[in-house]
Amino acid sequence: MSLNSADIKRIAHLARIEVNDTEAEATLSKLTGILGLIEQMQAVDTTGIVPMSHSQDVTQRLREDVVTETNQRELFQSIAPSVEEGLYLVPKVIE
Amino acid sequence: MINKSLKQLGAMLQGKEISSVELTQEFLNRIDRLNPAINAFITLDKDRTLAQAKRADEMLSAGKGTALTGLPIGQKDIFVAKGWRTTCGSKMLETFIGPYDADIIERFDASGAVNLGKTNMDEFAMGSSNETSYFGKVQNPWDRSRVPGGSSGGSAAAVAARLCAAATGTDTGGSIRQPASLCGLSGLKPTYGLASRFGMIAFASSLDQSGPMAKSCEDMALMMNVITGFDKRDSTSLNREKEDYTRDLNKPLAGLKVGLPKEYFAEGLGADVAKVVQEAIAEYKKLGAEMVDISLPNTQLSIPVYYVLAPAEASSNLSRFDGVRYGHRAKEYGDLMDMYCKSRAEGFGAEVKRRILIGTYVLSAGYYDAYYLKAQQIRRLIAQDFENAFKQCDIIMGPTAPSTAFKTGETADDPVAMYLQDIYTIAVNLAGLPGMSIPAGFAPSEDGKRLPVGLQIIGNYFDEARMLNAGHAYQQATDWHTQMPEGIE
Repeated sequence: MSLNSADIKRIAHLARIEVNDTEAEATLSKLTGILGLIEQMQAVDTTGIVPMSHSQDVTQRLREDVVTETNQRELFQSIAPSVEEGLYLVPKVIE
Repeated sequence: MINKSLKQLGAMLQGKEISSVELTQEFLNRIDRLNPAINAFITLDKDRTLAQAKRADEMLSAGKGTALTGLPIGQKDIFVAKGWRTTCGSKMLETFIGPYDADIIERFDASGAVNLGKTNMDEFAMGSSNETSYFGKVQNPWDRSRVPGGSSGGSAAAVAARLCAAATGTDTGGSIRQPASLCGLSGLKPTYGLASRFGMIAFASSLDQSGPMAKSCEDMALMMNVITGFDKRDSTSLNREKEDYTRDLNKPLAGLKVGLPKEYFAEGLGADVAKVVQEAIAEYKKLGAEMVDISLPNTQLSIPVYYVLAPAEASSNLSRFDGVRYGHRAKEYGDLMDMYCKSRAEGFGAEVKRRILIGTYVLSAGYYDAYYLKAQQIRRLIAQDFENAFKQCDIIMGPTAPSTAFKTGETADDPVAMYLQDIYTIAVNLAGLPGMSIPAGFAPSEDGKRLPVGLQIIGNYFDEARMLNAGHAYQQATDWHTQMPEGIE
């Protein structure tokens, strides 16, 4: 599967990363190389093989549905780029 | 004193030959002198560090010391530590102050160890040379014109230059073992799930695992006793009984069956590395180990599989950096979308962006089966290779990396060449097995420098005590692990 510069821009938009035309061109050649490497997988017959997501056969633990965390809003907001009266500030999204 | 092991320094502290404050100050002085060039540490906080040392001295005076009390440890800057700047090697987190402690930081704190500082690393642990750090390259103490390996390159260089007694690392595809190999120290990646990932900034969650980087296997065993253990805050943490990793250190090796995978000695392995590894294997035979030829036929596929799974998981994990709650936010932007796109474009470096883009692509609509699912299927084949191999042997040995440390800038512009550095280490992460690297000797560079070579030891699940036993026996018979680079006095 070969990519072009427009594909790079589309993927970058999905990833929420701004790229200009020069960057898209430079990224294209690198990504093409990496995808070439990945393509080696297609030669393997994997019919009937169960995908492996974890090495150990573990199941998700459950816990009691009780409050375990305390409110640390001030601490957490002290490292935020922009806050006001306990709220995170972002550009207006609803007119 | 700087070349003493954790074990030896611990005995000095317990015997009141030295205080933790004095020991810590000695290492801080060394950092002042050597770190400006080596760049192994990103962040120091001497007040905090010395306050911890003072507390350790009080613990020791009160007779409440443990094996690590008072010992200065470098912490990889991937671990969130309360009140400490935690950058993960990225501009994105340049001003991020940890609001809580990672599990591993809590555990070292509880043991009375001293956090000496936060060590340099490839940005978000993505790299094999420490060249992708926003905070600059790290020098390999054995040859300052070469890389220390990565991603735990700062930790490796810090231990090699004796700027700390030991350090922590994390290993997603070889990030503890490869820098340990290139810098001549011992590094261990535990079985997936033994060490908690809570507070370790996530790269590829199904592969990430933290572990010790130290001067000897005995020291790593002491650190493993601290690092491992169940943590309910990590959903993949395994609830097992605590082990004492020092328990088997002195067992004789007679009868130990060592598997040698033919794929690890095939084309691609440097002749100088092969020679050193073969000599180490000969030493193991002398110690009574029995060599068995084995095969891990899917080794070559581990790289393509890894470069689907790791970027896919990374693209998802790194979506949290949105410039809203923490991390870098662009100075100028229009609407919300523009703010996300500009903040992330500015905050992430080139390699991180590439991996996010690859991950986004392989997970995008229509490609999931062809890439992600396929990679997970082959991942099982790779794990089965090891399962079959361990029917014939107790542990597996081979090289850690195909070459010795390479020159800074040599492969920085060629991601695919850089990825091949991890050919012998990645499969271990995919299978979730424990793996370690120990110093096995040196290979001369073309300009006459001595460059360290690592021997990799891979164990079956939860077999760390046996691996450490094998490593310790070798380190009793050889002195590669006690040798120091020149120019760090």
